[in-house]
Amino acid sequence: MAIAENKTVGRRTPPPFLRGLITAAKTVGSVAITMLGLMFVTFLIGRVMPVDPVLAVVGERASKEIYQATYEAMGLDKPLLVQFAYYLWDVLHGDFGMSLLNARPVSEDIKRVFPATLELATLGTLIGVLLGVPLGVTAAVRRGTWIDQIARFVALIGYSMPIFWLGLIGLLIFYGILGWVGGPGRLGIFYEDLVPVRTGMILVDSAIDGNWSVFRNAFSHIILPASILGYYSMAYISRMTRSFMLEQLSAEYITTARVKGLPERTVIWRHAFGNIKVQLITVIALSYANLLEGAVLTETIFSWPGIGSYITTALLSADMAAVLGGTIVVGLIFVLINIFSDLLYKFFDPRAK
Amino acid sequence: MKPFKNIMAGVVMGFAVSMTAVPAVAETPANVLVIANRIDDITTLDPAESFEFAGSDVSRNVYSKLVNFDPMNLDAGYGPDLAESWTVSDDGKTITFTMREGVKFASGNPVRAEDAAWSLQRAVILNKTPSFILTQFGFTPENVKDMIRADGNTVIITTDKRYATSFVLNCLTATIGGILDKEVVMQHEADGDMGNAWLKTNSAGSGAYVVTSWKPNESVSLTANPNWYGGTPAMERVIVRHVQESATQRLLLERGDIDVARNLNPSDIAGITGVDGIAVDNELRGRLMYTSVNQKHPVLSKPEVRQAIKYLIDYEGMQNSFLKGQYVTHQNFLPATYLGAVDENPFSLNVEKAKELLASAGVENLEIEAGVREAQERLEIAQSLQNTFAQAGIKLNLTVGTGKQILARYRSRDLDMYIGAWGPDYPDPHTNAGTFAYNPDNSDEAQATGLLAWRNAWDTDGLTEKVAAAVVEGDRDKRAQMYQEIQAEFREKSPFAIMFQRIEQTGRRDNVQNLNLGGAITSVSYWPVTK
Repeated sequence: MAIAENKTVGRRTPPPFLRGLITAAKTVGSVAITMLGLMFVTFLIGRVMPVDPVLAVVGERASKEIYQATYEAMGLDKPLLVQFAYYLWDVLHGDFGMSLLNARPVSEDIKRVFPATLELATLGTLIGVLLGVPLGVTAAVRRGTWIDQIARFVALIGYSMPIFWLGLIGLLIFYGILGWVGGPGRLGIFYEDLVPVRTGMILVDSAIDGNWSVFRNAFSHIILPASILGYYSMAYISRMTRSFMLEQLSAEYITTARVKGLPERTVIWRHAFGNIKVQLITVIALSYANLLEGAVLTETIFSWPGIGSYITTALLSADMAAVLGGTIVVGLIFVLINIFSDLLYKFFDPRAK
Repeated sequence: MKPFKNIMAGVVMGFAVSMTAVPAVAETPANVLVIANRIDDITTLDPAESFEFAGSDVSRNVYSKLVNFDPMNLDAGYGPDLAESWTVSDDGKTITFTMREGVKFASGNPVRAEDAAWSLQRAVILNKTPSFILTQFGFTPENVKDMIRADGNTVIITTDKRYATSFVLNCLTATIGGILDKEVVMQHEADGDMGNAWLKTNSAGSGAYVVTSWKPNESVSLTANPNWYGGTPAMERVIVRHVQESATQRLLLERGDIDVARNLNPSDIAGITGVDGIAVDNELRGRLMYTSVNQKHPVLSKPEVRQAIKYLIDYEGMQNSFLKGQYVTHQNFLPATYLGAVDENPFSLNVEKAKELLASAGVENLEIEAGVREAQERLEIAQSLQNTFAQAGIKLNLTVGTGKQILARYRSRDLDMYIGAWGPDYPDPHTNAGTFAYNPDNSDEAQATGLLAWRNAWDTDGLTEKVAAAVVEGDRDKRAQMYQEIQAEFREKSPFAIMFQRIEQTGRRDNVQNLNLGGAITSVSYWPVTK
């Protein structure tokens, strides 16, 4: 016993504030290492790709002299590691470099395109969660009934239908034929530049400004692409919710709760649903992160100037500064969402505390 | 399941309210022109640097030039713009332009001869990609201030030797000939860049419009220049929106949210043909689709093989199927409507003849690699070639990549065969003659990557000298005759098979009148447009 006591003394738990500090330091450290790795790999891929960034700047008809001068001006004559070190230094100072193609700072471009994606992804995820979770729960509770069949059919369609097709058909019906929603783009042309840019999210900016006609127009433009993304998100979330719930509903503690005569609503929402929250958070976070990467096809169909189409255009034009900048932002978002869902675990799951 | 029902009811109500609250836009305002176009190729708006289609569209409407084309009469060729008149010295080397009086820039500053001379000098000094359009006249950053200078109300341009006057003036109508407001530009100079960084996203011209904003991959907005010497255009605002998808452009046009859709594919064109309120225009553009074979290849350099390839292309089949309405067969390097253009198309698909030619060259089981960009029409052409080549026993392996990947290999003479497009840089026959049929040094060391003949390692079989002679010929008719002869020889001997010339099909609301895209020689003009 004495030995055991000594051991306990030797491994005395640090005070709570220190524990918090250590956890925070570990998190920051792991984020930094992840980001450094991501940047290095992306940088490397950008350099070994068989795409000539100089050609992207000077055009195919440039003379040899102009080509060479640009090659040197872009620092491509320096060793790879030196180029990476320069880049890292700039990024640490918030400078992602200049876009080769439009000669503007990449950070400015990202400030412009990321809020567009954030707005779309958030609304899409909201729709997905608000419809997907109740649908999944209902399908599990009423397993085998018509509502379960519908939920499974909806999920199947969501998994198997190409998003560009659904987007085009949606546009054709709701915009082309019925005229219920605004067309492609974030705003009608004549509503552009009417509200000052604060967050870059037009719905938020117009609400802050109290300009409800711009809000309505922006809403009419976002609702269709958001619903389509939301549909895919719903298909995934409802399927996962259903399967998590089925697992819980067959557990003994649920039978016990029912035997004890608890109301069905309490059994389902408090006991069964309460136990799948943590798993659901992972599913929702993953789905949200996926949408935040930018839904390239949806953005293309709806002429939505988001980060997905930004990175794709940059990639096809060999604009590596823009690709790197975009990738870093997407990577950071992924990491942050992961940290956030870890925090939520702790909140919902006492065992994780 | 009450919560589920409540949420569902809320969502349904929300949808219903939002959708009924938004009335559909029926028509654009009478003084605004809204265009859907792919504008992701714009990299800069500085006329000394801009070299892409969508950028040239902006530039043409924002910058006046010394001489220019009248959009309502393109066939007339160049005419006066900021220069009211010009004279040519006896030795043919000096052109003196007299400036139009009383013209102002959008800023209100007067347009002076000094601005014009400075703008052209600047383009040479900055030495960006399109600078060759001016430097081919012997201007260098060192001598340009002597060669292009202002004297009172005149601009005097002296070339290093005698050139056809039409050649010099045609070049001045290109984007790089745009005249800038020197004072405004120099106010924004940074690190001796002559305002290049600022002009990438702003304008300082005296044309019909001013750039209000350019959001990359989103939109370009122009507003009428109140000081334009031509008066106030009917369209006070022009908004060009980037819309990538043809189907999306079509929907916008049908709904009346845009006036013009510029990138409709054949099926969407067919879909809107005959629709009430919509008209379709066909306009011949300067872009050529061609294929060429590398003369470093021991087999492809045989004259019979070069000939055989021209008989293995199904020109008619492609033109009448997947290229219908978008391209027309054209087998000469000068686009129709250019000075010296010819419309002879002697080749057609003839597998037997091609087999004979290949047999006479002793060629069997030929396998070659062709590079092609991943663009739909090019891939379809490549597949058609693959099919017809196979009929004569030639195996065509396609390497598909992005434009940049394939071009990099083409420029380094690394492809057996290239399938691609070429658009003229300026509206003079030399623009194409000087690249397809001109190659003064065919060695690898020359690195003349801008010349198509060099990229294919073709020494031009004596055409280089003929092209050099045509470009200095002062007599317009004789010059045209020379180009016709060069093209006849080129058709027979060259490793190039020119296949098609581009037709641009545009969908527009039928109330939009006088929209001219610029034909084969220039870019779109918005100022004559009415609604």
